[in-house]
Parts: sequence; structure tokens; C-alpha cells
Amino acid sequence: MMPGKMITGQIAEIPGPQKALIIQSAESVAAMVKRASRPLFVFGSEAQNITTNDGDLIDAAIKLTENPKNTIVTTGHTIAEFRRRKVEKVFSMQLMNLGDRLRDPDWGGFDGKGVYDLVVFVGFTYYLEWLVLSGLKNFAIGLKTISLDRTYQPNAGWSMGLMTEREWKDTLEKIVSMLVEVA
Amino acid sequence: MIQPGCEQLPDRDLKLKVDEFSSTIGMFKGLEIDVGRIYSEDWDEAMGPTPWPSVGTLREWDRKLLKRYKPFYMPDCDLCCLCTFGKCDLTGDKRGACGLNMAAQQSRIVLIAAFIGASTHTAHARHMLNHLIEEYGRNTPIEVAVNTGVEAPNIRLVCGIRPKTLKDLKDVLDYVESQIVQLVAAAHTGQEGDNIDFESKAFHAGMLDHVAMEVADISQISALGLPKGEPETSLAEVGYGAIDSSKPVIMCIGHNVLPSIDIIDYLMNNNLFGQVEVGGLCCTAHDMSRYNERAKIVGPISWQLRFIRSGIPDLIVVDEQCIRTDVLQEAKAIGIPVIATSEKSCLGLPDRTSDSPERVIEDLSLGKNDGVLILDPRKVGEVSVKTAMNVWKRRGGKKGFKIKEIEELAGTCRGCGACVQACPNNLPIDVAIKAAREKNYEPLVSLYDLCVGCGRCESACPVDLPIISMITKANEKSTILEKYPIRVGRGAIQDVEIREVGQPIVFGEIPGVIAMVGCANYPAGTGDVAKISEEFLKRRFIVVASGCSAMNIAMTRDEDGLNLYQKYPGNFDAGGLVNVGSCVANSHITGAAIKIANIFAKRPLRGNYEEIADYILNRVGAVGVAWGAMSQKAASIAAGCWRLGIPVVVGPHGAKYRRMLLGRKEKEEDWKVYNARDGKEVYVGPVPEHLFYAAETQEEAVVMISKLAMRPNDTNKGRAVKLTHYIDLHQKYYGSTPDDLHLYVRRLQDIPFTMRDEVVKILQEQNWVEDKIASPDPTLLDRLVRKRE
Repeated sequence: MMPGKMITGQIAEIPGPQKALIIQSAESVAAMVKRASRPLFVFGSEAQNITTNDGDLIDAAIKLTENPKNTIVTTGHTIAEFRRRKVEKVFSMQLMNLGDRLRDPDWGGFDGKGVYDLVVFVGFTYYLEWLVLSGLKNFAIGLKTISLDRTYQPNAGWSMGLMTEREWKDTLEKIVSMLVEVA
Repeated sequence: MIQPGCEQLPDRDLKLKVDEFSSTIGMFKGLEIDVGRIYSEDWDEAMGPTPWPSVGTLREWDRKLLKRYKPFYMPDCDLCCLCTFGKCDLTGDKRGACGLNMAAQQSRIVLIAAFIGASTHTAHARHMLNHLIEEYGRNTPIEVAVNTGVEAPNIRLVCGIRPKTLKDLKDVLDYVESQIVQLVAAAHTGQEGDNIDFESKAFHAGMLDHVAMEVADISQISALGLPKGEPETSLAEVGYGAIDSSKPVIMCIGHNVLPSIDIIDYLMNNNLFGQVEVGGLCCTAHDMSRYNERAKIVGPISWQLRFIRSGIPDLIVVDEQCIRTDVLQEAKAIGIPVIATSEKSCLGLPDRTSDSPERVIEDLSLGKNDGVLILDPRKVGEVSVKTAMNVWKRRGGKKGFKIKEIEELAGTCRGCGACVQACPNNLPIDVAIKAAREKNYEPLVSLYDLCVGCGRCESACPVDLPIISMITKANEKSTILEKYPIRVGRGAIQDVEIREVGQPIVFGEIPGVIAMVGCANYPAGTGDVAKISEEFLKRRFIVVASGCSAMNIAMTRDEDGLNLYQKYPGNFDAGGLVNVGSCVANSHITGAAIKIANIFAKRPLRGNYEEIADYILNRVGAVGVAWGAMSQKAASIAAGCWRLGIPVVVGPHGAKYRRMLLGRKEKEEDWKVYNARDGKEVYVGPVPEHLFYAAETQEEAVVMISKLAMRPNDTNKGRAVKLTHYIDLHQKYYGSTPDDLHLYVRRLQDIPFTMRDEVVKILQEQNWVEDKIASPDPTLLDRLVRKRE
């Protein structure tokens, strides 16, 4: 049973026939991440500008580090903000370098233990995330991708639909709280 | 020996036609004698292996680069819809009806973008050259820069000729045009099928582009008397405030300066310069100011809509490239006419080239025609000036925005957010409009600098709010006064300057040459290009600028009210800020890199592309930066840099070119070169790490640029200087010391003295071993090995 359904009417730059499934609930995202053996969370350079119910996306990333199963990487120069907040358990890699490696089945990951099987993106400018997800959809066959940004990302495997800011914040809060729990 | 496949020298020059000829051996009628091309051979440099290279000649060189810098594709569309078999879905591992897969299709699109760009500059160059030959004569000497012998480095390198007069450039363009046709043909259905071969062809388009740009710029420099490489050209003005809007204003938009030259000449010849303002947008403005610094530069391409909407112009003259295709509708909305001047952009207007100027002026002045097409540049001046004066009178000095009050307009907003979705930068337009309802205009004011002026928000708006006009009107009081000094584009880099800086660049003691080029599709406002430039100017890099970037660099002042052109000199030396001019002047930037190899290192130039590119890749720390790259021309300019071994960094919108060329720094096998001293293959570390790279933020870009300036040939001192900047910038923007220093420190002498303890500690943690990274006489070309052990 897929944890989502295809909605064709989402407003987005539609790339072609294969489009993201809409995330139906916070629980479904949490379940997918928990099922993954090596999930990776990618926080973009907009993370510090996007507010959540209890801070910003940087705070959300910091919470996720509490679960050792979660690997967190941040792109652009956003790592500086984590360092300012005295957080060390976050990796830094530029988005193009990361996209290039995620499509490589031989990449060892940040810990040298092998490729990631699920990648969750959040905190990006719409078009840039769109493009990198397109690269992964087409050239990282088998890699599962999720977009947690507020706008529909058709190139992801699963994406949030367009929703109000309030709905998005509540959903994100639930997802993070479920993923902080150590399985 | 000339490689097989190179095009032969063009074979026509002297043509003798005799209607009737009588001699002792008889009478001849309609006699034609055609003699092959004659070059005066006083150039003692031997011909290199690849003069007039055809599409496949440099394929092996390209493949060497592409083996190291592998394409990472990010498709903008999963379909191909170029033939009637389609649309074909190429998603993932699918293939289209023709057999093409996604990687090949994406590289095909890259090629298409590159040859569109190259064609555009070539067509520009052809128009320019034909006109100048007609007006000044085919024997007009090519005089590009003072203190300079190598007048045309790209042409010498690629074609193997040394052009002396304008007529020599015709052969060059013949060659470029014939090659572009081959590239266009390769993109047809059922032709090329391999993505790496498509990439090689895109590189070829880029190389041709730099040749064509060189033709365009050196011909206009030579014939029109534009600045000849003098570092301290005069200061012109850029900005709205440069224009005296109380006078008739002619607004020239585009890239081909010929029509604007006629306007300037007409104003000069008729003593009207004080009565009529002539200003330009985009590269035409650069070249107008190079021709006469009294011509004003209004701003970059992104200002088109906002400047027209301001109501300041009384007439718009468009030439070619990057003009808004709805300029006629926009002009009509403020009640002014348009003169189109290029066959490439007729805009549906009636061709009035052959009509008398008086009739055209009357029809435009009275509004009988919304605009006209005038294809002879020498007929544009009189019509433009007189029409602008008449329209100005007709408007009675009533300039300004023709929109309702901002809060009234804002009151009709439905708050749907479609504008934000449509905005390339997702700017919070909805929030600003909402605030404007309450007469709070600050959010609208703050959008002004961030807006790239595309107008997509207006197209998306269900109630047709004129959002660009609202943003501009909210800023009217401040923008109307803004003007900044800009050093007029100087053109080429002098040979004597190359002699001075060649060694410190190649040894790494001048840490790099940063070329700020390209359009104004910035992700976060115009200030970024000035910030990036100053970061490197302060560190004694050489910063070269062109096009819209050169304009936007001028538009940031420090606390003392000075901009970068006022703070940094214009010479090609450490800490110099060199405005070369318009798009076509980009050829001088690659030209400077080529001249370093030729003049400083004495590498033969003539038809010797691979060796020079190999030299630049391994020794010249040049990095191109197109922070707001938008067009296909920007793509082809970048492609010309890639083939020449110059990495290019673009802003995040540059990812829409849908392909990066990325190195993998951790893969040692990718970073081996030959040591020309003994023929051994050695590991030199990942320098330069990438060939084409999109940065997400300006801060990321700065750090990456500093890293990309490293080269295998750096001396210990040079590498230490470059590492100092890389580490310092990384600490400044990432808040930490880089974790990849073990890939760039070859031996202890490479470590910056003041950072020694910290760096040594990091290296020990990474199990760094001294001299694992070699310092050879680096080359990727086996044939350049001098001695084998």
C-alpha cells in the first residue's frame, strides 16, 4: 500500500508523466523513514529563514540529530549556523556535490558505510530543489526521495502538497517528533 | 603536422571578372579568374597541429576533460518533443523512439543552448563586420590595444592566422559559420547518440563563440575607435539618475551598437547632445559608452520593464539580443514608439528602411505607426533624434508612471499567492501587496533590489496587478536619483600587462583571475556581484568584469560613498578591477589566459589549441563567475571556458542549464597528470575540482571560487597564498576550517605560515603523507612529455 496518492491538479512546474505522490499524513512519512535502513536528511540554505512552530528548520534539524539513525547534512554555507548553535553532529556538503554523489551507487556516504536508501529534502528554494530532485529521479534509480517543503515538488518520490503555512508547520512538527524517537 | 580533419584554409580571395578581353591569342568574353586565399606569410611561428578545427578535431581533448569532470544532469523536462515520433518519455532508463536516452537528450539540449549562443554572437559579428567593411573599407587595419602584438589570441589559437585587416576576419567568420551548421546538424533526430560526444560538440560551440566574439569586438575597436586596452578609461555614469528625464530621452536596448552609434553621431554632428539624452540598457550601453562617454548607461537587462514603465523614455531603439519581445506593447502603454533595427528582431513592424526620414519621423511622431523597422544603421540616427524630440513635445513633459495609486491597486489583490509561485526567486510579493493596502510600502521597497524584472508575477496574477510598476513606483523617489560611476570598458588586456603578471599568476603568487561575467538573473539582488568582487579584490586577485555584472558591480557603495570602480584601479594586475566591456568583450578574458601561455610561457599559439588549453588548465588560476547567468549566450561563453580549462561558477539559477561538470575530489585516479619532465603519471590532487558548478549561496560561491583557483603548477609559495584565502574564507563563511586540506597540501611548505599549527593538526587527523601529492611539470598530453624514464 503506497502511503500517498497522485494528485494531478497540484500547481507546479510539471516535468513529465512521473510525478510525486502526495504525502497524506505525518505518520506515513515517519513510517517510510523508519523503514529505511539509511535515511539522509538534507537541509538547504533557506532552513534558517523558514520558521516552524517552535523555531526554525535549523532547530528541526537539530532535533533530528537526537536519533542516531538519522544522518543530517546541510548545504550551501548553512553549516555556519549549526556551528553558531554549537551543533557538531551535522555534516556539510554543497548541493551539487551531494546530488552528484547520491546518484553514485558506489558512494560510501558520510560514514563510509554505503549509500543512503532514502533522502529527505527541506529548506530549499523551489527551483533548485526541483532540479536536483530531477537529477536524482532520472539518474539515481531506486533512491527514494521525499520533499518536506511547503510547495509540491513533482520530481520527488513523495512530496507535501500545497498547504497553508499553519498546516505545514503542524505536519512538520509531527514528523520531526516521530522521527526523534529512537526505534 | 596538421591533424586530419582540420578544415582547410578558406580558399577564396582574389576574384577578377573581365567582360571583354582582347589579346594576341584571341578575344575572351565573360572571363573570370578566381585566385585562392593569399596570406602574407610574415608570421614566423610554425603552424600548430589543429588550425581551423572541425567538430571532431579536439574530441580527444574534450574527452580527457569529461573523464575527469563528469556531467551531472538535472533534466528540466522528462520529455523530448522535437520530432513527430514524440512526445517521448525519457524518464529514468527509458529511451525515445529514436533510441536516445535521458543523458544524451540533456547533453543535446546543452549543445542546442551552446550553438544558439554561439550563433547569436556570430550573427552579431557578421553584421558588425559587413557594416564596418562597407563603411570603412576591407583594408582597415586591426588595431586592438596599445603595447600589444598579439591582437587576436582566440583567432590565432583556433584558426592559425594572424588577422591584419578587416577582410581577414571574413574568413574567420566563414569558418565559424560552417562549423555551427555542423553542430546544428548533429542535434537532428537520428544523429549523435552519445552524451559525451554531445558534450564535446557543446565545447566546440563554446570555442567558436569566443572566436566570433573576438571578431565582433576587435573589428569595432579597430574601426570605431573604442578604447584600446588603456587601464584608466574615463568614468561614465550608470543608473536612472544618469538620465536627465526633463529632456527628450532615447533608450537603446540590446547588444549591437551600430544603430546607437548613428544616434550619437547625429547628436554630435548637429550639436544636439546637450538637448537630447541617449542612454542604453544591457551591452549596447557598454559599447555606447566606449564610443562616447557622454552616452549614459541606465542599467542591466533586468531593468528593461521597470525603466520603460517609469515613463522616462520618449523613444525606444532596439537592436538585438536579450531585448524584451513585448517591448512594443510596453512602449505603447506609455505612449512612445519603438524603432527596431535588426532582421533578427523585426517585432512585426513595417520595414521603413527605404522611406524618407521625414515621412518616418512624421508617422512615428503622430502615432500613425507604433513602431518601424529600419535595417540600415546609418538611417537610424536622424529618425531617432527627431522622433524623440517630437514625442517629447507631444507628451508635454508629462512623464512618469501611468498606474493608479498603489494602495488602490493593492486593494484588488485576492491573496492567492500565484505571484510568489511564479517568481523565479519566490519573493514575498503577496506580503508586500498586503502591506501596501495599509499604505505600508516598505515591503514593496525592499523587493526592488531583489526583483530580476522578468514580469512573470504579472502574468500569473488573476487580477492583472502591474506588480513591477508597483514595486518601481514605491521606489520612485530613491531610484530616480541613483547614479554611479563606472569605468568605461577598456577592451583587451595589453601584452605588456601579461608580461608583468604572467609569472606571479602561473606560480600562484597572484592567487587568481576572477572573471565576473554574464547576465542579471541574480538569486538575491544586485549587491552579490559587488560583494563577491570585493572579497577577491581585497585579497589581491585580479577581477575582470563584463556585461551586466560590470554594471551591477558599480551599484554598491561603501560607507564613504565609494564604489569598487572608485576604490580599485583598472589595470590587469593584483587588486585591479578591469571592465573589459560588453558581452563580445568576454573574448578578451579568455584571450588574456591564452596570452599568458603564449607571451609569458612562450608556448606556441598558432593552431595549437590543446597545448594552450592544457597549459591554462594546469597553470593559470582563472575562474569564471556568471552569478546571474540567464541566456544561451552565457551558456556558450561558459562552454568556451570549459574547453580552455577554465572552471565556471554560476548562481543557483545556473542549475537550470541542467548539467554540471563535476569532479570527485576523493577519487585519486581522476586526478593524475603526466610529468612532462619524465613521462611518469602522478597524482596532483583535485585541482581545479570542478569545471561547471552552481552554488546555492553567494557565500558558498566565494569559498568555491577561491578553491577553484588552485592549480597543479602552483609553487609552494603560490599554493600557500591560495590556501590562505581558501581557509580564511571557509572559516569566515562556513564557521570552520575546511576538512579537505589533506587533498591540497602537497608538502609542509604549502601550509600558510600563520596557520601552520592548526593545519598540521588537521592533516595528522587525516593521515596526510608529505609528497603523496606531486608537484610535476603537469600535462594531460602525452605528446608534451620531453623525456621518458
